[in-house]
Amino acid sequence: MDITVNILLTIATAATPLLIAAIGELVVERSGVLNLGVEGMMVMGAVGGFGAGYLTGSPWIGLLAAVVVGALFSLLFAVMTLSLATNQVATGLSLTLLGLGLSGMMGTRFVGQPGVRLPNLDIPGLSSIPVVGKLLFGQDPVFYISIALTAAVMWFLFKTRTGLTLRSIGDSHTSAHALGIKVIRYRYLAVIFGGACAGLAGGHLSLVYTPQWVENMSAGRGWIALALVVFASWRPWRVLAGAYIFGAVWIGQLHAQAFGIPVPSQMLSSLPYLATVVVLVLISRNKRLTMMNTPASLGQPFVPDR
Amino acid sequence: MMRLELVKRPQRSALFSMLSPFIAFALTIIAGAIMFALLGVNPLTAFRIYFIEPISQVWQLHELAIKAAPLILIAVGLSVCYKANIWNIGAEGQFIFGAIFGSAIPVLFPEFEGPLVLPLMLLLGMVGGAAYAAIPAFLKTRFNTNEILTSLMLVYVAQLFLDWLVRGPWRDPQGHGFPQTIQFGDAATLPQLMPDAGRANWGFVFALVAAVLIWILMGRMLKGFEVRVLGSSPRAGRFAGFGLNRMVFFAFLLSGALAGLAGISEVSGAIGQLQPVISPGYGFTAIIVAFLGRLNPLGIVAAGLVLALTYLGGEAVQSALGISDKVARVFQGMLLFFVLGCDTLIHYRIRLIGLALTKRQAPAKLEAAPKLKEAR
Repeated sequence: MDITVNILLTIATAATPLLIAAIGELVVERSGVLNLGVEGMMVMGAVGGFGAGYLTGSPWIGLLAAVVVGALFSLLFAVMTLSLATNQVATGLSLTLLGLGLSGMMGTRFVGQPGVRLPNLDIPGLSSIPVVGKLLFGQDPVFYISIALTAAVMWFLFKTRTGLTLRSIGDSHTSAHALGIKVIRYRYLAVIFGGACAGLAGGHLSLVYTPQWVENMSAGRGWIALALVVFASWRPWRVLAGAYIFGAVWIGQLHAQAFGIPVPSQMLSSLPYLATVVVLVLISRNKRLTMMNTPASLGQPFVPDR
Repeated sequence: MMRLELVKRPQRSALFSMLSPFIAFALTIIAGAIMFALLGVNPLTAFRIYFIEPISQVWQLHELAIKAAPLILIAVGLSVCYKANIWNIGAEGQFIFGAIFGSAIPVLFPEFEGPLVLPLMLLLGMVGGAAYAAIPAFLKTRFNTNEILTSLMLVYVAQLFLDWLVRGPWRDPQGHGFPQTIQFGDAATLPQLMPDAGRANWGFVFALVAAVLIWILMGRMLKGFEVRVLGSSPRAGRFAGFGLNRMVFFAFLLSGALAGLAGISEVSGAIGQLQPVISPGYGFTAIIVAFLGRLNPLGIVAAGLVLALTYLGGEAVQSALGISDKVARVFQGMLLFFVLGCDTLIHYRIRLIGLALTKRQAPAKLEAAPKLKEAR
């Protein structure tokens, strides 16, 4: 029983950064913008979070710094693609490349330093209930944030007027513009929200998951988050499900390595990436369904005619 | 509050088309100066060490050619993809598979010698890269799967596969347990161009030849026209009878083969054996090279030399000033950002609108409909 609970806990920890980053990117893509810089924003959040936590000694300040760094870094993308109408694919890629380089440079002095870890929630009484106590009341704070964030985004996108407006922009920026909606302003806010989420996800990596700084520590999670959004056909609750499936794959391969299964460890390590490819194939096989779900103006630059 | 406003030019500006890479480079230098100043280094000293000292002697120019060769080879292939609006970003993986396929001969048949070895290795390298690139192309054409994500995911798989090979079945039994294959023999080593002057090998010649061939293909042949039409307007391409699926395969196989050739040339020429890591991110840096070269093969040659210099400069400031060589990555990223930003100038005029500064001169036609304007 205890082992099962522990495995479930580690799956939740592995799924949390994927979930947060993917939920942020979902909002961005629903507004019609494709930001391929998730990996870069995430790794910047990780180094910013670790650095602030290490220098101040407070993991909470670290987490806050991760969010701020992620948001600021995404602003760079927003200015380029929204104000200067650059190609979104190329700009997103360059955001990732710049993020990986910048984080590596900033993080040189943090390599090998002991980090600070966000403490797990501990509610006297509740957290010690067998089995469910730890799962429901004993996890790290970011886990609860990720669940709340998913619920909030679900509510925002499908139950509020602003959410409807945001979705309409993603489906047709020209029509939205003709209706007098400030397309660019909405998209700025969406991109910055996505950056803040990616930063938070990175902060989770360097302040909870493995409280230390390792170069390129996001290890492709930003890209997997991007795939998750496609996998989820731009629906928040499916992102939640997808993130936990991938969390399970990630943890599964680690456990398999630890048990010494007679398969090369490199093959097990490549499972999450192969799983991403397989899942993408399965989900995009149906061309009509994909077309129906994809925000129609995704990735297209928009320059308002005045 | 200040606001940027883009005004579409009636036609693309020839002036900015030419100037934009230079403006981007100048802006990168300025941003770089600020960065060095923040790191507590005199920017002038840093620039001398970064950009001038690494190429002040002949043997150093050879090192530059070694770094530039894979960048140019990969980038000219990618430029065809990007012109066709097909996004292969997994060149790093195709580079690795080219290296693995090509290395199969010297690793598995070390006794096989003679003039045939090298051509076979290069051919196998191209086959390996193309085969690995065929996966995302197949998935895109058959299952409509996003090629950006699949080609990128396959990079991680390729890196892990190479790691397994050199630690497992292909490890040199006499290598004292180091994770590496045997050293390639003379027959399997790409010759140096001028052994007396420096280390540069035939890889650089391959890069120049590839650039010229792709330049002819894109500018002088029907296939190149097809690439450009499908890239700028898939609908027009369909009417002209150009197949999009065939183009996806063509672009991926071509860029994959060139990345594979870069991979085997790097291993056979510069490294001499397979190791767990054989590339400092050439496949990704080549994306920057392609854009800095404005997706033009001849521009890419120049851009490849510039980006190769950022690698050498990174190593130089690390040893001379104790700054992390990641500074090279930062330079490369900034350069791409500025290039993309400056490209906006080709298609748009930028107007800065400050609320206090300018009174907008609206054309008379718009004045007739004041309601519409207020709505915004």
